[in-house]
Amino acid sequence: MRPWVRSAAWSAAIAALLAVVVVVSAAIGPVRIPPETVVKSVLNALAVPAGIETTGGVGPLSVPGVGPLTLPGFDLAFASPFAFPVDAVHQQIVVGVRLPRILLAALVGFALAAAGTVMQGFFRNPMADPSIIGVSSGAAVGAVAFIVFPVALSTTIALPLVGSVEVALSRGAGTSLFAFVGALAAAFGVYAIATRGGRTPVATLLLAGVAVQTFLGAVVSYLQLQAGESLRQIVAWLMGHLSGAAWSEVAVTAVVVPPLFAVLLAYARDLNVLLLGEEEARGLGIAVERTKRILLAASALVTAAGVAFAGVIGFVGLIVPHMLRLVVGPDHRVLLPTAALSGGTFLVAADTVARSAAAEYPVGIITAAVGAPFFVYLLVTREVSEL
Amino acid sequence: MSADRPGDGEGSPAADGSGSPSADDPTSPPADGPAVDPESAPDTSLSFGDAPLLSLSDVAVSFGDVDVVSGVDLRVEAGSLVGLVGPNGAGKTTVLRAATGAVEPDAGTVRIGGDPAASLSAREVGRRVASVPQATNLAFDFRVRHVVEMGRTPHLGRFDAHGVEDDAAVNAAMAAADVERFADRSITEVSGGERQRVLLARALAQAAPLLLLDEPTASLDVNHAVETLELVRSFVDEGARGAIAAIHDLDAAARYCDEVVVLANGGVQAAGPPESVLSASAVGAAFDAEAFVGRNPATGTPAVTAFPQSDVSARRVHVVGTGRPAARVVARLAAAGHDPSVGVVPAGDAAAGAAADAGATAVTAPPFEGPTGETVAAARDLAAGADATVAVGADASGADESRDTPGPNAEVAAAADRLVRVPADVDDAALLDAVATAFEE
Repeated sequence: MRPWVRSAAWSAAIAALLAVVVVVSAAIGPVRIPPETVVKSVLNALAVPAGIETTGGVGPLSVPGVGPLTLPGFDLAFASPFAFPVDAVHQQIVVGVRLPRILLAALVGFALAAAGTVMQGFFRNPMADPSIIGVSSGAAVGAVAFIVFPVALSTTIALPLVGSVEVALSRGAGTSLFAFVGALAAAFGVYAIATRGGRTPVATLLLAGVAVQTFLGAVVSYLQLQAGESLRQIVAWLMGHLSGAAWSEVAVTAVVVPPLFAVLLAYARDLNVLLLGEEEARGLGIAVERTKRILLAASALVTAAGVAFAGVIGFVGLIVPHMLRLVVGPDHRVLLPTAALSGGTFLVAADTVARSAAAEYPVGIITAAVGAPFFVYLLVTREVSEL
Repeated sequence: MSADRPGDGEGSPAADGSGSPSADDPTSPPADGPAVDPESAPDTSLSFGDAPLLSLSDVAVSFGDVDVVSGVDLRVEAGSLVGLVGPNGAGKTTVLRAATGAVEPDAGTVRIGGDPAASLSAREVGRRVASVPQATNLAFDFRVRHVVEMGRTPHLGRFDAHGVEDDAAVNAAMAAADVERFADRSITEVSGGERQRVLLARALAQAAPLLLLDEPTASLDVNHAVETLELVRSFVDEGARGAIAAIHDLDAAARYCDEVVVLANGGVQAAGPPESVLSASAVGAAFDAEAFVGRNPATGTPAVTAFPQSDVSARRVHVVGTGRPAARVVARLAAAGHDPSVGVVPAGDAAAGAAADAGATAVTAPPFEGPTGETVAAARDLAAGADATVAVGADASGADESRDTPGPNAEVAAAADRLVRVPADVDDAALLDAVATAFEE
């Protein structure tokens, strides 16, 4: 079977599994909701573009020499094609409370597993995971620093024509923004340390990642000592969490992750060839350094988008690619999409467990508790170095 | 596609390889080689006009402060197979890496198909040059077929799927390199020799006009080593294609290469057709060893035998004896730097052949007729004029009690001032010691 056909078949199967897990997850909680009600609620909430309507527009604007001017505005009109009779409370629980959390879990799991797959191939090292280039530690420093020393993130931007706009971020959004920036700064720092004369040896990158992670770990420990009352909040963030997920967070992740994943997928065949070693890859016509930069940047962004909202969730990016490699083989054209979809499925399931316990646990505890034993199983049943 | 036959790795060729050193390989006519079928062979119509496929001019490469090679000039023309020989660490692999741009030369220019390698994109280099590395460190368990398919990478756009042409190239390459049998096995499960053939298949699937091979036969059995070189030979003979191979086996280089480049002491020591380049002095200097260059009896191409450095002072030595034992003594003495002569021997005797290869004098008598007084006298003169005379084996020593009359060689031996008798199976060190001792008397 052609690799891309195989890939599509596997991906469709796992996407179907993901859909089932999403529905089941949305049904589980303090209020039990029948799965068919979940499906109906979701369908009710669907809105499809149905046309263009005019709005009030912008203005009046004072354009010198022309006088007051009102620009007409256009907007997409949405229509809901479904209107199943569903209890309004159930509808609100599914769409307003559970679904954003579940979809954020799916997107974060998808992002972490995709980045983990790429990093394992990139480093030709089965122990690699998305945090290997310092992304998670950087995010932790950014988030913890913001939690300990919150700054008001509001500013007034004066825009021509429109006037001044007040931009303000909530505390949660501020934490995410700082985590995202910290993640990218750490990844870029690791890359800069390891790059000499336009070349980035993978071994140097790995060691630079370890060094930066260690240093940033020290910074986080110090900040925790300074934290005082916000310590609990810090611990929760560091352990990974999806509680209180909002649609806005889902929207941001959904905008960032899929295009970057498409970039990674476009380089799947190059990643296969890179597994042969850089010199052989060059001999086979791969522009190695450029390809490495693109893979690194896309993986770092994908991971940063994942950890910015959900905190450090371990093991998804490490074990899910391994599990899928055992099932579908090492060809990244098949492995990458299936691992990503499985990562989403796994994290939704793990988060469902996390929030259905008597007291809610951070999802990072669940993924590590399930992931570590599985990893030990891998170690004892087969030589992981040969994976 | 053939069925998976586990454990069938290196088994089949063992019968051919039983105890026959490579120098005694029977010549297989080119038709026996796994020739590339021109119909199914991938299109390599890439043409560079009159420009050589590869040319290095005055190339120097260093790693840090260590100069590996400098002043390297070499060309690979279409239709030519160039052998790169030299001792370990001479920089053969480095030169090959410089040829693909994997290492950047500190000086000089590398041109691939007439264009400076530095100006070509990785993809363009991949279309022009296919490399067979010594080994691959692929640790993920890709199927063999998939590894061969990776050879098509430089011909595919980012979103292209494998087309009919790609499949044809992959299938032809797998057939030519004899890897179809384990095409569906994991690359991590095949033997080292099979892996090397997979890499060859990948390079063939790449369909580049220039093939670069780094020790392509290093871990191959005798059968697959010959088949690999036959395959490279037919690849080169088939139109505007060429190859350069780093080769350890000097006999194989002499047998298959149009040109041999001897790389030693940081540069090109000698270059040219194997007949002229593979001389005892050139090989001895390059490898820091004593060498005797004879003829492979089966192929007629130069056959190089190396001996450890013995550090003797050169003398005129006459050898009395016949057959392979005397030939061996002549060869060893010549390699050590002595100036040997031999006689009387029947014309066509192995000892006469060895003397001819060493450029030494041999006094011969027509076979089956026996020596005349004239030839015996000539041999006596040589023995008398030599610094020492070595009598090899019982036959030549005249000490054979079973004979009624001493043979003609006993007369020759009797003429010698310093006579050393050595048994037919004398070992090299004992022979050189015995000769050295003779001088001291």
